[in-house]
Amino acid sequence: MRRFSALSLGSFGIAAILAMPTLFIIYLALSSSSEVWGHLYQTVLGDYLGNSIGLMVGVTIGTLLLGVPSAWLCACCDFPFRKTISWLIILPMAMPAYIVAYVYSGLLNDSGPIQRWIRQQFELSYGDYWFVDIHSLGGAVCVLSLVLYPYVYLLARSAFLQQRHQLNAVARTLGSPFSRNIFKVALPLARPAIAAGVLLALMETMSDYGTVQYFGIATFTTGIFRTYYGFGDESATAQLAMVLLVVVLVLYGLEKQSRKGMAFHALEDSKQQSTPLLISGWRQPLAQICCLVPPLLGFFIPVLTLILWGVESDEWQQASFVELAINSTVLASLAAILTVCIALILCYAVRLQPSWWVKLTVQIASIGYALPGTIVAIGVISLLTAVDHSLVEGLSQLLGVDSGLWVSGTLVALLFAFAVRFMTVAVGSISSGMATIKPHIDDSARLLGRTPWQVIRQIHIPLLRPSVLTAALIVFVDVIKELPATLILRPFNFNTLSVRAYEMASDERLYDAGPSAIVMVLAGIIPVLVLNRSIGGGRS
Amino acid sequence: MKTKFASMLSLCLASLIASSAFAEQVNVYSSRKEALIKPLLDRFSEQTGIQVNLITGKDDALISRLRKEGKKSPADVLVTADVGRLYRAKAQQLLQPHGSDIVTQSVPAKYRDEDGQWLGLTMRARPIFYVKGKVDPAQLSSYENLADPKWQGQICIRSSSNIYNQSLIASMLEAEGDQATMAFAKGLVANMARSPVGGDTDQLRAATAGVCNIAIANTYYFGRLANSDKPADQQVVNALAVFWPNQDDRGTHVNISGIGITQSARNKTEAVKLIEFMLTAESQAWYSQVNNEYPVVNDAAPSATLQSWGQFKADAVNLSKLGERNQQAVRLMDKAGWK
Repeated sequence: MRRFSALSLGSFGIAAILAMPTLFIIYLALSSSSEVWGHLYQTVLGDYLGNSIGLMVGVTIGTLLLGVPSAWLCACCDFPFRKTISWLIILPMAMPAYIVAYVYSGLLNDSGPIQRWIRQQFELSYGDYWFVDIHSLGGAVCVLSLVLYPYVYLLARSAFLQQRHQLNAVARTLGSPFSRNIFKVALPLARPAIAAGVLLALMETMSDYGTVQYFGIATFTTGIFRTYYGFGDESATAQLAMVLLVVVLVLYGLEKQSRKGMAFHALEDSKQQSTPLLISGWRQPLAQICCLVPPLLGFFIPVLTLILWGVESDEWQQASFVELAINSTVLASLAAILTVCIALILCYAVRLQPSWWVKLTVQIASIGYALPGTIVAIGVISLLTAVDHSLVEGLSQLLGVDSGLWVSGTLVALLFAFAVRFMTVAVGSISSGMATIKPHIDDSARLLGRTPWQVIRQIHIPLLRPSVLTAALIVFVDVIKELPATLILRPFNFNTLSVRAYEMASDERLYDAGPSAIVMVLAGIIPVLVLNRSIGGGRS
Repeated sequence: MKTKFASMLSLCLASLIASSAFAEQVNVYSSRKEALIKPLLDRFSEQTGIQVNLITGKDDALISRLRKEGKKSPADVLVTADVGRLYRAKAQQLLQPHGSDIVTQSVPAKYRDEDGQWLGLTMRARPIFYVKGKVDPAQLSSYENLADPKWQGQICIRSSSNIYNQSLIASMLEAEGDQATMAFAKGLVANMARSPVGGDTDQLRAATAGVCNIAIANTYYFGRLANSDKPADQQVVNALAVFWPNQDDRGTHVNISGIGITQSARNKTEAVKLIEFMLTAESQAWYSQVNNEYPVVNDAAPSATLQSWGQFKADAVNLSKLGERNQQAVRLMDKAGWK
């Protein structure tokens, strides 16, 4: 048992380090009362609040509608092309939200090709006809839902897969009809995973800057940037970020509360699997359409547009895409490995020593996802430069050496920021995977003379593999797409695909953003597909 | 695979360490995009043998990084795409005087800091664009005139979050005072064809598409469309014309992209060399050709595209004032309901 308390102490240390940037932001927010806050309250705060809430409600509905039915169909049913379709669905994960926003804005705005075509075809002029306004709250909800639903889909599907098929079989044998079976058995069992997926989507929604900024919607995140850039006021910025944090805490609380009193553990005999439900007749095309519409809108249309743009751009000759792709991939791989390893340690600490302080630190350590990347970066850079300065000072006093900064301005700083920002993703996935392994299994194995490490190796690793891989996959792709922290923290002469695409787009050269965006999507897709295969590898 | 990965990693690390090993180098923090500065920096390295290390990013993020890194920051120079941020960097005591006579002689006083802490590298104007045939240019006169109810539903301009709009309002605050500027901002908001959306280029395109008849945008965006061979871009250029506002009083609002040497600079000699290189006729011509920006150096000529829009009188306000009044401008726009 001593090993476990070492584990919980160690994880407490790790969690504390991860929590420090967030704590620094809290400290900033509390340290001074800014009169800027009063100005915000009088003018724009109401808008921020209304739009942010609208966005969250919309994205919740959107990701559920797009992600859950498709996950259930692909995990529990069988229909033609199910295997192909089940990985097509996750492709939008490789799409950064801001890129999808650029694409749909480019296609649908008043000077875009579709409206131009309408005007020419029917000899109308602007204002004579009604057309959907993509630059609206609804437009942002659509774009964000289209790229974020794979979180819900992936976590829900791996939960549906891990579910005991026999449990469904039992329900069916007992005479529960097909439809009730979904609502009474499959959905409630998958709820922790679905909730974790929605929570991820919502956190990403709240920290999204690119989409809402481009669509001109004032949310807390744009407000944070505005306060920081327009007023140069760090403490008011931190105070706005605090509001986001509180919202996340409330969400966490609601999710926990709704799960109260329920235990979600898989039954024994995990090897046994039932055949999936065969769908027939008119239901087949319906299932296919239901699964294909999300990737069509979230992936194929945007990618096709980017390719068309890319063809017209001379950016291919301007930038070294091999170097950019290597930089992005190496960065994302390192971040995924680091984050998943830490998440495993944290999850085991909570599982084995579920004391309140361990839980709390893990919670704080994994809250960075809801903070905009810029805020995390500010926290990280403040922390690391402070460490650096004391290090440099110590060195010059002890040895008389005058050195530059050690950690800040290196890849280490960047990786640290990613660990802070994406820990939620990894912890969420792994802990929901762990929740399905009944603690009694551990106890029985220990009674049978297995050491804790044997329990982990022989039982946990095989059972946890899908959720660990899911975690690694999400972090990898998130880092490939990540922009603000990469932009602020990266070392000299180190550019990534996302930075290049952003620079082109923010310079209003959408066509020239096409090439980097395409390569970025490719770099994101390949690991998505590989990992998707190993997650679904249990059943063919 | 493993060895490949390891060698890649060591390459990354090596490049990090290497950046401090070269004798002659200069470290640049730039909010100018890589595509709009790297080619010039490469040419500088070729000519002088001085290695240039570059990080690009958003202005305020870079300034905040500089501030946090403090005395030990590896950065030698800060390059920004507007004057407001240079002012901010100076106000936070992140810059130091360049002490170069070449700079003082070649850059007009209004485009550089009086203490020599920053200077403009290129200049851009923010004129009015109107749809030919739909707007009689005789009806246009000044920015203030755009608040007149006769333009109701006809004006496209981007969000107030944008620094170029903030600087425009700051220049007006400096010239006309608080009340007049507020009246202008409210009138302009009332005349907007739609809630602000997109960037400057989007406003120009929207005007061509019939959303509005008047758009406000920076010159280089229009220049880029003018030099593009895409039919859609040519359509925009043919439909619109440039109008230089406020020619009878203070002049058209202008802004600069600029540079300053950081307080922490360890390679000041090289940094000064870089600045002087950026002011050579060759570099100034490059910016004019590649990004359609006006030279700041007295004797350099703008590109043919820029010359085709004619001469104009630029606002003579010292650009430091735009930085000073930035916060006031942001608040005013919030109050006026400018999204």
